[in-house]
Amino acid sequence: MADRLRSRTTATLAGDLVAPHMRLALFLLLAPALLWLLGLIVLPHVDLAVLSLRTRVAPRTYELGFGNYRTFIDEPLYWHTFVRTAVMSIFATVCTLLIAFPAAWYIAKIARGRAKSLLFVMCLIPFWVSETVRTLGWMILLRESGVLPRLLVELGITAKPVELLYHDTTILVGLVYTSMLFMVVPLVSALESLDDSLIEAAYDLGGNGLSILRQIVIPHAAPGIAAGSIIVFMLTLGNYLTPTLLGGKNSLWFTEQIYTQFITRFNWEQGAAFGFLLLVLSTAIVWLGLVVTGQKFGDVMRRS
Amino acid sequence: MDQDLEVDRVSKRYNAHLAVDALSFAVPHGSFFSILGPSGCGKTTLLRLIAGFLEPDSGDVRIGGHSMRGVSPNRRPVNMVFQNLALFPMMSVGENVGYGLARRDIASTEIRNRVAAMLKRVGLPGAEGKRVDQLSGGQKQRVAIARSLVLEPTLLLLDEPLGALDLKLREHMKIELKQLQADFGTTFVYITHDQSEALVLSDRVAVMSAGRFEQIGTPQELYYAPHTAFVAGFVGANNRLSGTVQRVDGDIIELHTAQGLALHARCTEHVVAGNEVEAFVRPEVVGLARDAAGLATGTPYYTGRIESLLFDGANSTVLVREQPTNTEFRIALPQTGQFADLRESEMIVFGFDPERAISFRGGNDGR
Ligand SMILES: Nc1ncnc2c1ncn2[C@@H]1O[C@H](COP(=O)(O)OP(=O)(O)OP(=O)(O)O)[C@@H](O)[C@H]1O
Ligand SMILES: [Mg+2]
Repeated sequence: MADRLRSRTTATLAGDLVAPHMRLALFLLLAPALLWLLGLIVLPHVDLAVLSLRTRVAPRTYELGFGNYRTFIDEPLYWHTFVRTAVMSIFATVCTLLIAFPAAWYIAKIARGRAKSLLFVMCLIPFWVSETVRTLGWMILLRESGVLPRLLVELGITAKPVELLYHDTTILVGLVYTSMLFMVVPLVSALESLDDSLIEAAYDLGGNGLSILRQIVIPHAAPGIAAGSIIVFMLTLGNYLTPTLLGGKNSLWFTEQIYTQFITRFNWEQGAAFGFLLLVLSTAIVWLGLVVTGQKFGDVMRRS
Repeated sequence: MDQDLEVDRVSKRYNAHLAVDALSFAVPHGSFFSILGPSGCGKTTLLRLIAGFLEPDSGDVRIGGHSMRGVSPNRRPVNMVFQNLALFPMMSVGENVGYGLARRDIASTEIRNRVAAMLKRVGLPGAEGKRVDQLSGGQKQRVAIARSLVLEPTLLLLDEPLGALDLKLREHMKIELKQLQADFGTTFVYITHDQSEALVLSDRVAVMSAGRFEQIGTPQELYYAPHTAFVAGFVGANNRLSGTVQRVDGDIIELHTAQGLALHARCTEHVVAGNEVEAFVRPEVVGLARDAAGLATGTPYYTGRIESLLFDGANSTVLVREQPTNTEFRIALPQTGQFADLRESEMIVFGFDPERAISFRGGNDGR
């Protein structure tokens, strides 16, 4: 008893002596990260929040209030675009998942050795060129006088060239294509950690492909699926170039509205409010997705 | 007795490597059949052929009298206990055991009852709600077996299921497995490279080497009457002595080892003087005494120096160097405690009945 007491006092004493040094060292070590967090993420957002709460009543006179948010609600175009962007992003994420899953399965479980790395590289190759060039590539392929419409005419499928650009489907194709890698990578790592003998055991006990997928594979890969979906959803929601170039004037993407407010209209206050709404939207949908699938954010990010 | 499993000249080749070489055997209903062999001899391949994860290149597997050609693993009346158990970590114990039943569209109340009854039979009553990672090694083992047995398979395949357990638990689970099998009366096909597991558990054992069976028999037959040098060397401890035949007298031969030791052994094969043979003498066959008078009369005896004492309770042995040839013998200590005061480098005499030492022509053991 006495021993334990004594050792406790020594420990506290030592702690008191060491702690100031330790705390300073810790602080210095963390300083770059804190600076980054504060300077590049928190500050701009605080500024954005403050900005969004100011309404211009006359040149150079501002009033504090929710005026900018009221404009968003009152103007159907704005919230239509908002909802449309959210729905299209969710849809694009689901499409990416559905296409990426078999690909990831093949890479993780079936391909061996060289074939495996080759397939991975094939997922990476689109990223060797910049997003702009990649999207322009799609435009060259799809525009009315482009490669694909001409091919369709030559093959006699359509009588005259059709415009394949500026459709919602075109936007979706572009978004899925851009997001693929970010879904494949977490899925492959999740599926690779799945022990093959679990699948064999389930098969041996009478399971078939569908029940094994539903009860063994998906529960195991859930954190990977969630991680991939979060990344793809956020990238899609915040994407500007692909919807604008492939969708043209009627793409109606919310980032475009923000751009217009900031650059064309020079209404920074309105733009800030839109930016804030987009942040709230993505947070809400990610949170909802995690709750519905019963995942924890920390787990998901650690596992991916 | 009707055969639950018949394997008929089954072969499996991986590229150039013949992993299973035209094997045939049958396992009668309700028996415990073990396949014993060193690592890489093709045991797992054979088991996967029976379970249906691999298709044989030639030959046929019949289970309960029906050919299994083209029948997928989920439709075969066999279940397998995997080496790493492969319990589903995303499910509770109850869901693990009920997985196979649920695949058969059985009502959920019925499943619950059967799972509860099965868990009780394997000594884990009320464990349904536990997570797999809350179980000890032995409990996982029992859940894995329960998960298969609840489906009432014709045949249960076990691929070194005790391999992952520590020694103490392995000894314990060995006995439990034997009891479970007797209890359920299910036919077990058990794979192991541990000869003591095979001997203790099985009704019949097949000793496998390089894709073929060297011998199939009861544990006693394998131990007392091995057919090949490989079986003699693999099953149980043995002193292996190679030498040249000097004289043949009925089925007793006299051989001389390279070091110059002369000994007598039984040989069932046809040999003539000058042939190379290998003789096997079990440690417990050799008698030990302080002087020649202490040994059975009429058997040849040798003098040796004790090199080391290997005390292991009832399995204690001594390593003795025969003098003057320096040949090493491993000899079991009688359990009477008569030699408890034996010291290293003490001189001792030993001898054995030639009828109980067995020999085979050299160079046919496949190693
Ligand atoms: N998929 C495969 N492709 C090629 N060769 C294989 C394959 N699986 C096994 N082999 C080879 O076949 C032989 C038998 O393998 P198997 O797994 O059946 O051995 P085992 O008796 O179960 O060994 P262990 O006791 O180590 O598990 C080995 O030499 C192995 O290298
Ligand atoms: Mg094996």
